[in-house]
Amino acid sequence: MTKLTKRLGPTALALCIGLVLSTQVSAADLEAGKKIAFDRSKGNCLTCHHIDGGTLPGNIGPPLIAMKSRFPDKDKLRAQIWDATAINPHSIMPPLGRHRILSEKEIDLVTDYIYSL
Amino acid sequence: MKKILTLLLSAGLVATATQAVSSPEEDLEKFRIYYEQRFPGVQLDDFGNGPYALDVNKRLQWESMEEFPPYEDYVDKGREIWETPFKNGKSFASCFGKDPSKVRVKYPHWDSKTQQVVTLEGDINKCLKENGEKPFGWKKGKIAHLGAFLGYEARGQRINVVIPDDPKALEAYEEGKHFYYAKRGQLNLACADCHVQYPGHRVRGQLLSTGLGQTTHFPVFRAKWQKAAANGDGMGTLHRRYGGCNGQVRARPFKAQSRQYRNLEFFHTYMSNGLEINAPGYRE
Repeated sequence: MTKLTKRLGPTALALCIGLVLSTQVSAADLEAGKKIAFDRSKGNCLTCHHIDGGTLPGNIGPPLIAMKSRFPDKDKLRAQIWDATAINPHSIMPPLGRHRILSEKEIDLVTDYIYSL
Repeated sequence: MKKILTLLLSAGLVATATQAVSSPEEDLEKFRIYYEQRFPGVQLDDFGNGPYALDVNKRLQWESMEEFPPYEDYVDKGREIWETPFKNGKSFASCFGKDPSKVRVKYPHWDSKTQQVVTLEGDINKCLKENGEKPFGWKKGKIAHLGAFLGYEARGQRINVVIPDDPKALEAYEEGKHFYYAKRGQLNLACADCHVQYPGHRVRGQLLSTGLGQTTHFPVFRAKWQKAAANGDGMGTLHRRYGGCNGQVRARPFKAQSRQYRNLEFFHTYMSNGLEINAPGYRE
């Protein structure tokens, strides 16, 4: 038991620090995420989703509001952005990560931005 | 015993497999009922007007555009192409018959001799070659002008694609059907994703049309193509549109008149059987 605690101790600590860090997204990162989300050749989220501050949004997907209550687990939101067809093979949403439309770093930035809505 | 069981099982499998493939007639019925239930107020022929059948404001803009339609000049150019004799003295009438109003409704069709789908554009260029003339480009220009004239002359007639009971013809139909429903390209989009699942919804400011009635107005005059053309010619063929669509989902487009697009046209046009030909159309 003590062995296990010793082993898990550093991991738990790292996880805690990670959690604290992940909840604090810089304003610059949020702005970078927004830029990717709005860019027609990148995330192009507005083609299908309403986002506050975006012009001429489409209405195929749900409006991106109250994201924290819809996705209490941020990882699930990231997974949905990375590949929406994993949950629903018929989903019309392009698999932004799986098809490398965005890089992993760009997916992180977009996830942080969308999560803030 | 074991043998009998295997036999029964494989028979069962075969039965399930044949049931899974529906006949073109069944597909057509389901396809039409689906849209009629989804858009109860829309008359069958009106589906051929694409997004303008689904939105009042878009329809008003389109109707004012139709008062002086931008495709009219190209219908006239097409008429001239039809009437101008080849160097050998013959004309398109020697290939298609004298009555230009009876051409469009024959396409696309299955040719049992060559075992492939024949399109209007394919026969236009075949006619030119057989008469020692240089064939037209496949996607725009003269081929679309002649198509616009032949479509205009055929207005009001009904789409009537026949899928003969020939395994090769059914194979071509199935390939076209599969094309329509298969996801493709980096954006992972099927034709059906937008035009079966989400017609009437908007992508940015554009309203998605229904799959039903999509081919009746081709060749089409598109404002988008007009803007991109130095001479303002916005006319284009169905295969030009297919290529554009495939490019937009970041898939490598097939060539105009490739087997893939001809078979897609076969399925796609068959799905609009019974609707009025309203070519050439105007679209944003």
